[in-house]
Amino acid sequence: MASWGFFNELDNLRREMDEAFRGVGMVRPLATTFLSPSSGRRFPLVNLSEDEGQICLDALLPGVDPRELQLSLLRETITIAGARKSPVDVKGVVHRNELGSGRFSRTIDLPTEIDPDRTTAEYRDGVLRITMRKAEHVMPRRIDVKVA
Amino acid sequence: MTTNSLSHDINQHGSKEETRAPERFLRPAVSIVEDESGLLLTADLPGANKDALDINVDKGILTIKAEVSRQLPGRPIYSEFEWAPYFRQFQMPDVIDQAKVRAELNNGVLTLHLPKAEAAKPRKIEVQVVS
Repeated sequence: MASWGFFNELDNLRREMDEAFRGVGMVRPLATTFLSPSSGRRFPLVNLSEDEGQICLDALLPGVDPRELQLSLLRETITIAGARKSPVDVKGVVHRNELGSGRFSRTIDLPTEIDPDRTTAEYRDGVLRITMRKAEHVMPRRIDVKVA
Repeated sequence: MTTNSLSHDINQHGSKEETRAPERFLRPAVSIVEDESGLLLTADLPGANKDALDINVDKGILTIKAEVSRQLPGRPIYSEFEWAPYFRQFQMPDVIDQAKVRAELNNGVLTLHLPKAEAAKPRKIEVQVVS
């Protein structure tokens, strides 16, 4: 559907503008930093994809205890909140300090409403994958044409 | 201190190691803290699992490499990061006992313990007073 795709594009543009003004420098940095003190970006970083029936989201959450993650859904938004403990607890001479820590919360706009009862989340190797079913009433419906 | 050479990151300014490879690499964020017993290196490697991780020390150069094989199903609608192999190199100071390097990977965070060789540890020397 052309129109739907067009609105997606606009939505992406708006999000990218959001990010561009929020972050400093590149919109897509090569290093996957998380809660970095030197970055003004919002964390966690997310990727979104969709197919006919579902929306998938990957969020980079290295070093976060999955039991302390809080996910909440409200209509067309999902909020990921939690905290990361300081990954380095030894005292000494700091040669490099690129890892961040602290509390975070991010609300992500989804392209459609989703069914909260059929949403699953899985945490593996520092990445959270959320699989969401699109709500029934936003799914395209096929209507049979009866021959009178 | 000799260990300061570890803060020299080989890849920082796009060294030949990086351009030699045809693929793109992600440079993982790291923390390096030194205490009396050695160095502790912590790196964020989200998406990398134990089997895909390759850490080696060769001629005083520590290489952290990890393949990432993850894809989102469906068609992408919005993306802030991309999946690519992780790669970063560091020059190791001579005082590190390379045989005793220990690595752990937990929740996408790599922890490398790099102990100093016995000879490099600070030693207190008792002064004997001869009367």
